[in-house]
Amino acid sequence: MTTASTPPRELADIPASPGVGARCAPGEVITTTGLSKTFPGGIHAVVDLDLSVNAGEIFGLLGPNGAGKTTTVGMLSTRVVPTAGSACVGGVDVVAHAALAKQAIGVVAQSNTLDRSLTVWENLYYHCRYFGVGAREARARADELLEQFRLADRAKASVYALSGGMAQRLMVARSIAHRPHILFLDEPTAGLDPQSRLALWDILHELHGEGLTVLLTTHYMEEADKLCDRVAIMDHGRVLALDTPAGLKASVDADTIVSVSAEGDPEALAARLAAMPDAVRAEVVDKIATVFFRGTGGIVPRAVAEAEAGGFHVTDIAVSEPTLETVFISLTGKDLRE
Amino acid sequence: MNATVTTPQDVERSMGFRPARGAAFTAFFALLLRDLRVLQKGFVLFAIRTIMQPLLLVFVFTYVFPKIGQGVGGSAAAEADFSTLLMAGVIATSEIFQGVQAVALPLVQEFGYTREIEDRVMAPLPVWGVAAEKIGAGAVQALIAGLVVFPLALFIPATPVHLHVHWLFLLTIAPLGAILSAAFGLTMGTRIKPQQVPLLFAIVVLPITFLGAVYYPWAALEPIRWLQILVLINPLVYMSEGFRLSLTTGVPHMSVWAIYTALIGFTVALTWVGIDGFRRRVLS
Repeated sequence: MTTASTPPRELADIPASPGVGARCAPGEVITTTGLSKTFPGGIHAVVDLDLSVNAGEIFGLLGPNGAGKTTTVGMLSTRVVPTAGSACVGGVDVVAHAALAKQAIGVVAQSNTLDRSLTVWENLYYHCRYFGVGAREARARADELLEQFRLADRAKASVYALSGGMAQRLMVARSIAHRPHILFLDEPTAGLDPQSRLALWDILHELHGEGLTVLLTTHYMEEADKLCDRVAIMDHGRVLALDTPAGLKASVDADTIVSVSAEGDPEALAARLAAMPDAVRAEVVDKIATVFFRGTGGIVPRAVAEAEAGGFHVTDIAVSEPTLETVFISLTGKDLRE
Repeated sequence: MNATVTTPQDVERSMGFRPARGAAFTAFFALLLRDLRVLQKGFVLFAIRTIMQPLLLVFVFTYVFPKIGQGVGGSAAAEADFSTLLMAGVIATSEIFQGVQAVALPLVQEFGYTREIEDRVMAPLPVWGVAAEKIGAGAVQALIAGLVVFPLALFIPATPVHLHVHWLFLLTIAPLGAILSAAFGLTMGTRIKPQQVPLLFAIVVLPITFLGAVYYPWAALEPIRWLQILVLINPLVYMSEGFRLSLTTGVPHMSVWAIYTALIGFTVALTWVGIDGFRRRVLS
């Protein structure tokens, strides 16, 4: 991928200004205050969300399905109307001035929302036109983006003819075609093959390098870890923790996590292992005793010996460093998988 | 928090936004441009879809029937009158049929599995503006349909068609009917579940076209009084009567004010209901 010749506008380039709507402060990228959404039927999708995303960062919302990530992105991108609280995007109150806010944002939705009636090239061209780009400039941008996203040979193809990875690239290309300040990506790599996922990560890194602010949702902890400057861990509509990936992992207060599968009561096994020297605590996740240790040396043989000494026949053992998944588990007692 | 009262215009100026109103107009016309491009791509199919029904209708009723001695009306003069009054009805039918179809059918896809609509509504204009554009694009297609059908109704009949064009009426009734038809399509497309939209043609569009004063002037329903009153809820009645007013003399039609009042009333009501339905579908 080559760098775009004209990078997106940066908020820093734009003079500070009073925001639109009494609650929006100057130059705010994304700020929410008490943002909540209760759907008809009393489903509390998002509860009292306070977020502040800095200019130019990649910010991740990590959580399992149903955590409220998509609803949050929906509210920030004007498609979901909050039931309480406020949200400012690009210095604009998204509820009071939705049409204005839409100028500042690009959105990659979870499903393929490409225009099926248009060709690949036309998807980009008409998108530019919607945002007030003149015909000549729109043609140039469409050509340039197709080159940049390695879709030039598909310019005249129907979007039906694209593979999942190509369709996703086109969606990302389209979302930045009008040079937004802020890009929202909802589960951008869900359903993509590993190669396409890596390609998309490269693209996002490059956009990040050009100064674009990115907010993405994901339930892949690896994605949040590798891509994001800061991550908010969400569950049941609330943010449980918010920090850099390193900060979140440090919060686990352990260096090594040992997961022991054995015949017998996993709770009893966890309790026994938790009493070992250097063990910080232990939990049972998916019937597997998961033990958090300080230090890294010689833990596995000691853990096996301890389990066997307690009469547990060990069938499997796995060792890892703390991951965002570990953080999620220690916060919620369950793992991220659906 | 800022002590000064700020307006969207303040932010537009200082943040590098384009003025909201101008951006909305630009987006509106760009969406229209996109819809016209899609129409252009599928124009042959559009033309076939538009022509087939009126072509067969006009051919059978005003060419075949008179030729085989079963002409509607019984006499040569009456047959000629029928050809003339049918012309107005055929144009009105084509407008409403294509207007409804042009808006309602794409919505099935856009609201359906692909949720394409989520992209269209991210264009920088209010959600009601996106809905209004759908009406605009549908109205253009309805107008084109009326134009395409015009020569058919004029040249196919075996008996001469006596046209008296009242331009002022024609140039107001035709666009008004087109907007009404598209707004009707938006109402149907947003108030009915996507998977049920094909049903709407059987349940709504067919009764409307058969009972829309297409084959007879509304006044001729006098002997079936209940039906004459019942069909007043059918917007096509006023379109057919309106085209009769615009294109003929000597054929009975409703009063001018009744036609315009009903057409404007239906257009406003269906536009409101359609746009509101669109907002409910798009925003959650």
